[in-house]
Amino acid sequence: MNKQSNTYTTIYIILLVLIVGIALASTSLALRDRQQANADADKMRQILAAALITPESNDVINAYGKHIVESFVVNDKGMPVEGDAFTINVAEQVKKPAAERALPVFVCLLDDGSKKYILPTYGAGLWGPIWGYIALDANGSTIYGAYFAHQGETPGLGAEIEKPAFCDKFKGLNLYKNDTFMPIAVVKAGQQPKGDEDYVDGVSGGTITSKGVGDMIDNSLSPYKAYLKTLSTK
Amino acid sequence: MAEKINSRSVLLNPFSKNNPVIVQVLGICSVLAVTAKLEPAIVMGISVIAVLAFSNVIISLIRSTIPTNIRIIVQLVVVAGLVVIVDQLLKAYTYDVSKQLSVFIGLIITNCILMGRLEAFAMANKPWPSFLDGIGNGIGYAMILVIVAFFRELLGSGTLLGYQVVPDSFYALGYVNNGLMILPPMALIVVACIIWVHRLINKDLQED
Repeated sequence: MNKQSNTYTTIYIILLVLIVGIALASTSLALRDRQQANADADKMRQILAAALITPESNDVINAYGKHIVESFVVNDKGMPVEGDAFTINVAEQVKKPAAERALPVFVCLLDDGSKKYILPTYGAGLWGPIWGYIALDANGSTIYGAYFAHQGETPGLGAEIEKPAFCDKFKGLNLYKNDTFMPIAVVKAGQQPKGDEDYVDGVSGGTITSKGVGDMIDNSLSPYKAYLKTLSTK
Repeated sequence: MAEKINSRSVLLNPFSKNNPVIVQVLGICSVLAVTAKLEPAIVMGISVIAVLAFSNVIISLIRSTIPTNIRIIVQLVVVAGLVVIVDQLLKAYTYDVSKQLSVFIGLIITNCILMGRLEAFAMANKPWPSFLDGIGNGIGYAMILVIVAFFRELLGSGTLLGYQVVPDSFYALGYVNNGLMILPPMALIVVACIIWVHRLINKDLQED
């Protein structure tokens, strides 16, 4: 048989690609459940991290079951709507206009009996997506804890947003000032925002990522305005 | 191949005299990227050993059937398939590590060591020597990765495999971790130091 002929080459590559394709498809099918479980556990870890709970990696699912007592979805009017808060893809929701968004809320019960409301955020950094979770006190305004993560921000600069040194700056800040909703601003160190909203200093050298965090909080949390209002009057 | 291949030298040569990283200077990109911490470096090393050994064997098994004009494509398809399988396994069993390694597992495909060994060795040799060659070169690569990661994690973070090894009393005396070690350029400098020491010992590798 002529191994250099076009027919041989064509058949050869088609067969090879078929075999490799089948091998990949079956691996992916066989491992999908495990991978999904890992991804879910990682999401639970991040949600808990916002409420400053950091369980051991093999205990995340238990801790999540214990602390997250309730999760539900609201709309921009603050009314509950159908849906599973955990499986909502926040990345898709933040692209929609506020009125069409499904807004997940996770209610976390701490060991001391206090309730925290954890809201997801999603936005853009310099190189790729950034996301995070913000835990609010029962008054719907004061930030109890924040967790931020990124896909590929510059190590040492933009990537610092995931460090406690940055996340901890959000603790104790308020989303409501004099009864008006004013999301936290992220400004260059030493500067102040134009309004009188609460602000944190951005990461030096990570200006675009820091600005991304500010925009992310603004865009992701603003639709919750009505819902948070109902919390404050409860 | 008329000459008989010495299995021992096929396996052991890449450890030192023909090391893919410090003698052939291949695969530098991933050395730079995954060596800030010891754990990802070890996983990356094992992944490369596995992919290299199996792709060498597979290519060697089918070497007489591969049409010459598409041999690079065939090699790429085999390597890419294996790399994706490794990536899937890592995602399923060591999720945290796979998150740290992220794209670099995928980039094993472009690791020059792989294409180099397939083209230079597996295409012309029987499966068993090819397997040994893959293991040898993989270990040669992993070795350098681990050495570089050892120094970068020790000096950059004061930890090894995540455990603190620099005692607190050092920090109390004013010792600080060298943040520069965490940044990618230091990987190249550490590799350069290893090459320097290696060539000091092996005078025959020194160029004029």
